[in-house]
Amino acid sequence: MRLPMSNRKRGDDIFGSRRYSLFSLARNAVAGHRNWTPAWRSPEPAEEYDVIVVGGGGHGLATAYYLASLHGVRRIAVLEKSWIGGGNTGRNTTIIRSNYLWDESAAIYEHAMKLWEGLSQELNFNLMFSQRGVLTLAHSEHELREMRRRVEAIRLNGIDSDVLTPDEIRRLVPIMDTSPNLRYPVMGGFIQRRGGTARHDAVAWGYARAADARGVDIIQNCAVTGFRIDQGTVRGVETTRGPIRASKVACVVAGHAGVLAELAGFRLPVTSRPLQALVSEPIKPILDVVIMSNAVHMYVSQSDKGEMVLGAGADSYNSYTQRGSMTVIEGMLAAAVELFPCLSRLSMLRSWGGIVDTCPDASPIISRTPVRNLYFNCGWGTGGFKATPGSGHVFADLVARDEPNAIAAPFSLDRFVGGYLIDEHGAAGVAH
Amino acid sequence: MLLIDCPWCGPRDDAEFHYGGEAHTLRPADPSALSDEEFAEYLFLQQNPRGLHLERWCHSDGCRRWFNMVRDTATNRILEIYPMGELPRSRAGLAAWRDNWRRNSAAELNARNRGG
Repeated sequence: MRLPMSNRKRGDDIFGSRRYSLFSLARNAVAGHRNWTPAWRSPEPAEEYDVIVVGGGGHGLATAYYLASLHGVRRIAVLEKSWIGGGNTGRNTTIIRSNYLWDESAAIYEHAMKLWEGLSQELNFNLMFSQRGVLTLAHSEHELREMRRRVEAIRLNGIDSDVLTPDEIRRLVPIMDTSPNLRYPVMGGFIQRRGGTARHDAVAWGYARAADARGVDIIQNCAVTGFRIDQGTVRGVETTRGPIRASKVACVVAGHAGVLAELAGFRLPVTSRPLQALVSEPIKPILDVVIMSNAVHMYVSQSDKGEMVLGAGADSYNSYTQRGSMTVIEGMLAAAVELFPCLSRLSMLRSWGGIVDTCPDASPIISRTPVRNLYFNCGWGTGGFKATPGSGHVFADLVARDEPNAIAAPFSLDRFVGGYLIDEHGAAGVAH
Repeated sequence: MLLIDCPWCGPRDDAEFHYGGEAHTLRPADPSALSDEEFAEYLFLQQNPRGLHLERWCHSDGCRRWFNMVRDTATNRILEIYPMGELPRSRAGLAAWRDNWRRNSAAELNARNRGG
């Protein structure tokens, strides 16, 4: 199936004189950088919208952008309870890949990957998208065998993936200890070379600016406190800035999807738990590929600023506190130091937690709900960032047409009743 | 980071414990009597409140005994620890048990009717 990826035509420039370019940079530099204008407005909420998107993270802003750019919806608001990109969009480890086992997952993550590849140009915003490759390690004979099987499945879906030998890994990542003396030696791995990283804040800002240029109202510091539901149909939302009417409401609130669903009178099969990450002090470039290990549980990349970005696991118990247990960090750092002995003297600058909504099958929910014209996009668990453009793209399509397209359909809520689960537990990346 | 007061060993770091998920879930005695929706509700919906949560823990690296706990998921404050097979003693904990949708779920009604 082919979906319109973008309806942008040559010469169709929504940014006008506010377009970012080398010329605009030079012009503003000459003026002492005093003439830059805000990248998006801060409007007062109107009384009524065609679509209200609840949640101003990457997924929500992308949804609003595609609703405006591809589906011609005119009156759209994004309601964000604090500042845009301040939730999980600004808390993840920025890794992007599409090497998933099952066809349904491969379809949506590869859809996202193809959008990532042209997104900086489309949004006229440098997302610092870097396809540096994502290397997943195997530490046992069995894991390597399973990995070979997965690589074949991934390739059958037309997605790039290659199995690497320990020798090839040694040449690719000289700072990693690949000796056979480790407790869990590196027996091989597989790489998706089109995978990589992007600057997470820039994704929120880029989508916000492009959506705003198309007339979307981005309203920050506006928390949704309830829904107006009349005869099973949503009519609007109650917010901390007063009630707002809407024909359709689309909720994209990672970490709080369950809380919001309860306000609307139904329950979601999600569990909310803290997931932690941390960054080190910046150092000279030593690592130009993303490394993930499922068996010892750690993943690491180096940001353009030079910080080592390390991802830990999720806590086992549910919590909304945005802080996790120290044991989770200790376990991950022990694995990281074993694989990368040169990191042992590095100081960590910051650690933080985000709340991840995880479904029983570790796959997301993109769905209509028991309430008419109310839609939910949630349950991305520990890996939602990489899907941002694809998630927004198919969710906008669902909201606009009230009908899921071929990519979104397998992720509907009724899969839990019908039993057609998309079990991605441990099938990709690291297990949480 | 939680400091959990094990009823037998005293306050210990949460690293010593294993989380056992939601407490007080009754398995339907006759699952085939439930509709697909009702069984999916039993199987896939877990309590996920922002507030008081009734849950099971095991002191797996200590005395290896199980117990129940009332914890506020918005603050991680532990309100109460109580034995398996019993209900919370605190007013707030008991209310959280009583007002839970599971008490009226098809799975739990089925379990209670069969169990007498």
